[in-house]
Amino acid sequence: MKAGVIVFPGSNCDIDAYKVLERLNVEVKYIWHDEKIDDEDLILLPGGFSYGDYLRCGAIARFARALENINEHIEKGKLVLGICNGFQILTELKALPGALLRNKNLNFICSDCNLIVENNATPFTNLFNKGDVVNFPIAHGEGNYYIDDDGLKELIKNNQIVFRYQNNPNGSVYDIAGIVNKKGNVLGMMPHPERAQDKLLGCEDGLKLFNSIIAYFKEA
Amino acid sequence: MIKAYIDVTLKKSILDPQGTAVKKGLEKLGLYAEDVRIGKHIEVVLREDKIEAAREKIDEMCRRLLVNFEVETYSVRFEVIE
Repeated sequence: MKAGVIVFPGSNCDIDAYKVLERLNVEVKYIWHDEKIDDEDLILLPGGFSYGDYLRCGAIARFARALENINEHIEKGKLVLGICNGFQILTELKALPGALLRNKNLNFICSDCNLIVENNATPFTNLFNKGDVVNFPIAHGEGNYYIDDDGLKELIKNNQIVFRYQNNPNGSVYDIAGIVNKKGNVLGMMPHPERAQDKLLGCEDGLKLFNSIIAYFKEA
Repeated sequence: MIKAYIDVTLKKSILDPQGTAVKKGLEKLGLYAEDVRIGKHIEVVLREDKIEAAREKIDEMCRRLLVNFEVETYSVRFEVIE
């Protein structure tokens, strides 16, 4: 399995993402925003403030050279994981439905956060059990997931909701913290599994998500 | 040339916590407002003579980048400039 972590100007969780994959012995490399993606099995869009979050969070990142071929990558059934700003970019790319708005209380929230695993039948969550409660930290000002009523019905019908907040911190519709596309190979989530990779950092629940991805490719 | 003044606002159905916070701030100053909504203002200058042609271009810009129609809407005013 090969992985690439895209580094935009303003990304700030790229090193954590790289390190977690490296320590799990995944062949991983950084992809500068001005380079093209190659034949990576997993493309990771890290957290941060790509291009200063100008206009809207993630709105400018979609023009990066590194994302030119992202739709083909997705169509091939390869994986994309967007964390935090990466999730915002995926909604701007229309690879995932909905949008991320300012947190309801207007605060930038940086804290531990309990999530409920809603869907463990994805390449990203196959080692979890449905209903598991996991702790991935959150750190965002615009994580308030919005989708209209019809869109929400679709998400529920297609089992696209992967993580929900136990205590909704930001006003997200239906407590949504992370969703996949219909095909199930693109996951966007506001919480940071890469920041929960070692007990030294407080928690290692996030390892299971990355191990799920590795397990998915081992089975394939 | 034509200058377009674009206002991008959250759709009516979307809560605007920023507007609510500012409304409360105004109330603390003794200034009561029925409602406050906050949006973005964008000015674009086009090398065009006809407003109709300018409108077409601005609509496309809004559709393809300036506005996120999941949550936002927009209005435009045009001005012919030197």
